Amino acid sequence: MVDVLVIGSGGAGLSAALAAKEAGASVLVIGKMYPTNSQTSMAQGGMNAALGNVNEDHVSLHIQDTVKSAHGLCDEDMVRQMCADAPQTVEWLERIGVPFSRLDNDKKGIGTVAQRQMGGASAKRACYAQDYTGLKILHTLYDTCLKEGIAFLDEHYLLNLIVPDDTIKGATFLDIRSGEIKQIDAKSVVIATGGYGSIYHGFTTNMYGATGDGVAAVLRAGGAVSDMEFIQFHPTALKHSCILISESARGEGGYLVNEAGERFVDELKPRDEVARAIFSQMKEGQRVFLDVRHLGEEKLMELLPQEMALCKMHEHVDPASDLIPIKPVAHYSMGGIDVDYALEVNGIKGCFAAGECSNAKVHGANRLGGNSLLEITTFGRFAGENAFKHAVYASSKPVDGTQRLKDEAEIKTLFAQEDSESFYTYREILGELFYEKVGIVRENGQLNEALEEVIAMQVAQKKMGISDKSRTNNQNLVEFLEFRNTLLLAPAIISAAIARDESRGAHFKVGFETENEAFRKHIVLQWKRETQ
Amino acid sequence: MQIKVLRSKTNTHQSYTLPAGEIPLLNALMYIKETQDATLTFSAGCRASVCGTCAVRVNGREELACAYKVKPGDVIEPLQYHPILRDLKVDKDKAKETLQKGVTWLQSFQEASLTHEDEKRTEKQTDCILCDSCYSACPVFAVNPDFLGPFALTRAYRYSEDKRESNAKSIIDGVQSNGVWDCTLCGECTAVCPKGIDPKMDITMLRSASIKFGHSDPSFATQSFGTPDFGGGGFGFDPNAGF
Ligand SMILES: Cc1cc2nc3c(=O)[nH]c(=O)nc-3n(C[C@H](O)[C@H](O)[C@H](O)COP(=O)(O)OP(=O)(O)OC[C@H]3O[C@@H](n4cnc5c(N)ncnc54)[C@H](O)[C@@H]3O)c2cc1C
Ligand code: SF4
Ligand code: SF4
Ligand code: FES
Repeated sequence: MVDVLVIGSGGAGLSAALAAKEAGASVLVIGKMYPTNSQTSMAQGGMNAALGNVNEDHVSLHIQDTVKSAHGLCDEDMVRQMCADAPQTVEWLERIGVPFSRLDNDKKGIGTVAQRQMGGASAKRACYAQDYTGLKILHTLYDTCLKEGIAFLDEHYLLNLIVPDDTIKGATFLDIRSGEIKQIDAKSVVIATGGYGSIYHGFTTNMYGATGDGVAAVLRAGGAVSDMEFIQFHPTALKHSCILISESARGEGGYLVNEAGERFVDELKPRDEVARAIFSQMKEGQRVFLDVRHLGEEKLMELLPQEMALCKMHEHVDPASDLIPIKPVAHYSMGGIDVDYALEVNGIKGCFAAGECSNAKVHGANRLGGNSLLEITTFGRFAGENAFKHAVYASSKPVDGTQRLKDEAEIKTLFAQEDSESFYTYREILGELFYEKVGIVRENGQLNEALEEVIAMQVAQKKMGISDKSRTNNQNLVEFLEFRNTLLLAPAIISAAIARDESRGAHFKVGFETENEAFRKHIVLQWKRETQ
Repeated sequence: MQIKVLRSKTNTHQSYTLPAGEIPLLNALMYIKETQDATLTFSAGCRASVCGTCAVRVNGREELACAYKVKPGDVIEPLQYHPILRDLKVDKDKAKETLQKGVTWLQSFQEASLTHEDEKRTEKQTDCILCDSCYSACPVFAVNPDFLGPFALTRAYRYSEDKRESNAKSIIDGVQSNGVWDCTLCGECTAVCPKGIDPKMDITMLRSASIKFGHSDPSFATQSFGTPDFGGGGFGFDPNAGF
């Protein structure tokens, strides 16, 4: 039995693992892919910390900006903790060797880390590594995990948490390679499985597997989720491929223009406002572009090398000389697993959640660019430490194999299930449905329609199955399980959106265009635990 | 348009028909899986060339499926020198092993004053996405499966060059056996890297560093100078290489 089982090997999971190990725990990290494949690799723009290396900045300003952007839905103590920890976290990343971009200022240590402006920030606050910030943080964390001898089990897909008597005892996994169902016993668990942006399949910047598996597992196990309706749309994804063009393009002085070449919004406003401004241009039939031509090729290659290549490759435009066609798409899930001050999951003792899967109430109704990389590293570490503390006192009495047997039976049923309808088709329908009806601008009639369609899809799910009957390396099965998770989360997102008759941050509803004090609260959802 | 994909079950190339038009290979594979053959197995993640999941071989050359644009008649195969798990999906566990053997991390931190120029010195190397393309292209693996390989050596070089590293020697010591001297400097790794990294150059640099730290080319040491023996001193030794 391990002390701390970390599920998910992105930035949050690896930070948790390192902290738990440092505290003295035995640690096992499990992920459905290799750690370096995680979505954290995709983060481009930067990570916030009020270092004040470029212009004046203070932790208090960082807190202020974050609270303002959250529109009354964050927990100020949690925000304070995250922002106050930020400089120390950058210091920690510096010590393990993250190759941050640098200033020429003759200072030492983190005093030389370059910082750039992101939307909604009152200072140049985002530390970065060109436009590969997430990639370079993730790989350095991974290298450090190898240094510390942390144990990994890759290609294991989380099925269910084992939670007798409200206390975590471990989890069950599908070993993707062998097809076996395995049970891993643990004294504490950290869930770090990432967000659920991929429910907007085809209309998201997220990677294929960002399907909220951990959030769904917590719901099934009787834990709470909250603020599920708050989905952030990123203003600038490439129009055809939905690949992200980092906010730093605007931070560095890029403009948004319509077909007539007119600017129509202050580009440095928070994401929700910019996304809506673009959306209303699109509703008027305007195409919208990002214009960075005036920055010049040299500066663009210096600051945004990745985006330059992606624009040429996927959109056939050269940002140095052409306008970049863009549209806003789903990008980040603010809501997720409901946790308390220790990041312990409400409803499941000994189970912690960190990163995009968790709702630590730091982003509220709208996340600031650069605050997610910060959250995964600071709170990832915090969750790891707390998981260790729990493990010290946790009982090491293992549970029986009930859950494993149940899961084995269920997978067996899946193999036998009729597959007259392709879930891939439904995956596409669900993505489009969400973009159209649970999107940037919402309306109760459409939300209700979406709910009905989702319920119909849940019924139809019995006719969807897997047509690949191989036990081993069955990606078709994995994708079906992922799809089922999105289908499980879909009604939670829609019902919360229906319940919230107001507009706040990323949630904007026609007919209820202003913030309503009565809704200055979290919408928490929890299933009644099945009788065991 | 037709493409062929090597299927592991039958060990034959299977043809699939795609709609005409420019599409990334990854979208083509997805399209096949979703509409024609759900058993076709491959790995994918970000579709933006940054997660390193989707590398395959197209007409014998390593490509990221999410970046490569399909052409009629393309032949798609899994990476070389990796156990094939199924179709285009390979076992990349070896990566972890070689990184561990190459001790590719910051050994011992010292505070340093870093400049923009210092950042540039290893910027390219830290762009590595661990896609394993270079490993698949490297001919040394055909004869020496224990070779540390291009990306692990690039990573070792990246940390050894970091001003924050106070113990570069231990990294250099770690890449002596099955490491820098086993490379033939053929440059295949450099040719296929989707991120424009040049592992061959990094290995050359590591060789110079090795000599500074008192190591020498083991094949060179055992050689008699008058009669150069190209075959005998370890795999594919090229006495003119790199310096
Ligand atoms: C294109 C893009 C750009 C971004 N840019 C920025 C930026 O500039 N700044 C910023 O602050 N934020 C940015 N973000 C957001 C940020 O990158 C993410 O929120 C963050 O990386 C999430 O980290 P994580 O560790 O929580 O999850 P992830 O990195 O998504 O990791 C999740 C892990 O869980 C594993 N997993 C998932 N499901 C299962 C399962 N069923 N079983 C086992 N394992 C599972 C995955 O394999 C993975 O290892 C960006 C996001 C995107 C998509
Ligand atoms: S240059 Fe060296 S590492 Fe690169 S492919 Fe050739 S032998 Fe392999
Ligand atoms: S060096 Fe290049 S080819 Fe090799 S793993 Fe890294 S990114 Fe891939
Ligand atoms: S899917 Fe991520 S590199 Fe191709």
